[in-house]
Amino acid sequence: MFSFDYRQPADMDSLPLLDAAELRRRVIRAVDGGWRMLAFFGLPETARPGAPAGLCCVLAHDATRTLAALRTPPLEQFPSLTPDCPQAHYFEREMYEQWGLEPVGHPWLKPVRRAPDAEGDGESAAYPFYRADGDEVHEVAVGPVHAGIIEPGHFRFQCYGENVLHLEIALGYQHRGLEAMLAAASAYGPAQTTARRLLLLECAAGDSSVAHATAHCVLWERLTGQDVPERAWLLRRVGLELERLANHCGDLGAIAGDTGFLPTSSWNGRIRGDFLNMTASVCGNRFGRGLLRYGGTAHDLCPEECEDLTTRLRAAGRDARGAVDIMLDAASVRDRLNGTGALNRADARALGLVGVAARACGLPLDARFHAPVSDLPGTEPCLEQSGDVLARALVRSREMDDSLALVEADLSRLAARTGARTAATPPAPPSRLPARKLAVAQVEGWRGEICHLAVTDAEGELLACKIVDPSFHNWPGLALAMRNGQISDFPLCNKSFNLSYCGHDL
Amino acid sequence: MLRIIKERLHQKYRTLDYPRQKPALSPRYLGRPTLANVECGDCRACFEACPTGALLPDPAGPDGRARTPVLDMGRCIFCGACRAACPKGAFRFSGEHRMAVFRREDLLVSAAPDPQADAPAPAYEPPFPPRDYSLFRRSLKLRQVSAGGCGACEADCNVLGTLAYDLGRFGIEFVASPRHADGLLLTGPVSENMRRALLDTWAATPKPRLLAVVGACAISGGLFRDSPQCRNGMDGLKGTQGTDDLHVDLFVPGCPPNPWSILDGLLSLRRKN
Repeated sequence: MFSFDYRQPADMDSLPLLDAAELRRRVIRAVDGGWRMLAFFGLPETARPGAPAGLCCVLAHDATRTLAALRTPPLEQFPSLTPDCPQAHYFEREMYEQWGLEPVGHPWLKPVRRAPDAEGDGESAAYPFYRADGDEVHEVAVGPVHAGIIEPGHFRFQCYGENVLHLEIALGYQHRGLEAMLAAASAYGPAQTTARRLLLLECAAGDSSVAHATAHCVLWERLTGQDVPERAWLLRRVGLELERLANHCGDLGAIAGDTGFLPTSSWNGRIRGDFLNMTASVCGNRFGRGLLRYGGTAHDLCPEECEDLTTRLRAAGRDARGAVDIMLDAASVRDRLNGTGALNRADARALGLVGVAARACGLPLDARFHAPVSDLPGTEPCLEQSGDVLARALVRSREMDDSLALVEADLSRLAARTGARTAATPPAPPSRLPARKLAVAQVEGWRGEICHLAVTDAEGELLACKIVDPSFHNWPGLALAMRNGQISDFPLCNKSFNLSYCGHDL
Repeated sequence: MLRIIKERLHQKYRTLDYPRQKPALSPRYLGRPTLANVECGDCRACFEACPTGALLPDPAGPDGRARTPVLDMGRCIFCGACRAACPKGAFRFSGEHRMAVFRREDLLVSAAPDPQADAPAPAYEPPFPPRDYSLFRRSLKLRQVSAGGCGACEADCNVLGTLAYDLGRFGIEFVASPRHADGLLLTGPVSENMRRALLDTWAATPKPRLLAVVGACAISGGLFRDSPQCRNGMDGLKGTQGTDDLHVDLFVPGCPPNPWSILDGLLSLRRKN
């Protein structure tokens, strides 16, 4: 298997062309041996639309910080990996939908992003929902327009009494054609191409703007060999960890809300806003839009601003800690969360879960640790073992402490280096990319590992620009966590995963 | 129990007495743009820099010479690229968060006729509603529909329910069903996959009803303008099949709009001449 360091772009010419059966055999053997599927996608032969595509699979070995890539020549069908490698299940459905490559023998070949009631296309037959039959089995359909202020998606429960036999999640309502727009960005002229791609990725999932922007910048910097000053890394991490703090804080509040523990629910709603407003103090936008640039950042902080942010960070950190501790110490809350929506470690690993959901099952997956983007001193993954809503809440609670410490340390380093405000003058974006390279960027967003991947052709044009949001891995995990649970557990379970619809739908 | 009460005392009262008190926004926040009148010559820098085509050539050049373009806030994502690109400093973004308007054309911002760029801009006067919304003055229930949004506009609507903003004290509330609602609040560029669900939700909302569109995507498609998978928000949806009775009552620009901008927009419906 062709393997390479995670920071180095791989040479496409050194990737041997395998036939599909050989790729299948090698991927399954690697996954059995502890490798993990980062992306599995259709790789077109040329940048021309409609060019024939082959398979390309990128795997990661976290313990050795090594990546591996495999590919096949163009094909139309291939033997499905899913029966022996459930991680491939969603990728293969996407492959069939997006590139028309058919995984023969796939047990669950359904659309990924075509909405169940979408109009217009010839094959708009009813979405083939799984159904449990029986006189006392009933079906509950929810969405796409939900009761709360939340993105659209459709949930179909097969219930026996209050018990959920099966939950099927059908998404695609948020599909905006993001990957196609990334590819088409070059039509807007060289002055805009890079800026436009970055703006689009900041909107890939609006609550993970900094994480997706970081992944994109890192990807381009790795492709072109661009160095990034340490100061920029500090500022990027301040943005990334503030994003984590805001969302973890909001999620814990939402879990409190669905538990019926209202004090923490209402306090955390406010404290989340305090963290967002700190991000706005750095770059003007509460979601961190416009903070990053290729090769650096668009904004910098002076010592007084760092001091002001540190004061506000400590106050918000104290408030968040107090609010969350009250909740996690309440026996009634512990009782509600304990054992609800539990996933075991073997299932989590087989499905390829990432992020908070994986760490709550005891899987030590944290890209800040196993694929750090910079040389800054990092962090250790926070693990829990029980895999239930409580574990997912506890992981978030502990990660808040880590993030608070990281941001405070970074701010003090930023304040100490006065006069060196060089981070805000990033280099000009590259006018062209190197030819025949494959580069990967893994960034731990608050939800989990975000993976961006680019492949260039002989002219340095983009052959593929693949975005894998952690939600793409984790939605099947939510469906599995609900199995044999109570339907009334769904809101709580859903909040504890808090997955992105648009990050999945792209 | 005692710990909860102690913590409650620590967390204090945090609701801002809006609109009497003004929110403190980041000095780096880019709010309502103000344009200065400059002669552009052959310069096209801002047009080339703008990622959403929000700049429209000024049609009314009195002497036929190119001047500062018109900025369409309905398309603008407030990225500041035009400000950075313009060699003559024609673009400024104020700290003004009040940006909501009632008519699409009111989102067009032209350069001040006074060419003195250094003169302080006059204080912003928000517009008055062109229709009588007094029916909704004391109670306004809205159903939110996200149609292809990235989640940021939705988050900034959601946050209005938290205690910092406390939307409920104005009698405004987001409700679970269109059947309970006085209107819809739309976010997102209207993806193909959400078009039908949006129109169904609109049809399920009893009359009289209103429609508020929040964010650049919902107004014009924003960054996703011209994606084959999207309908360019209300700009693209209006006039297509099944949208005859779709009338927008309120536009809140931004990407995403600040929560205070959305709150100001909702409150502006009760403003009286």
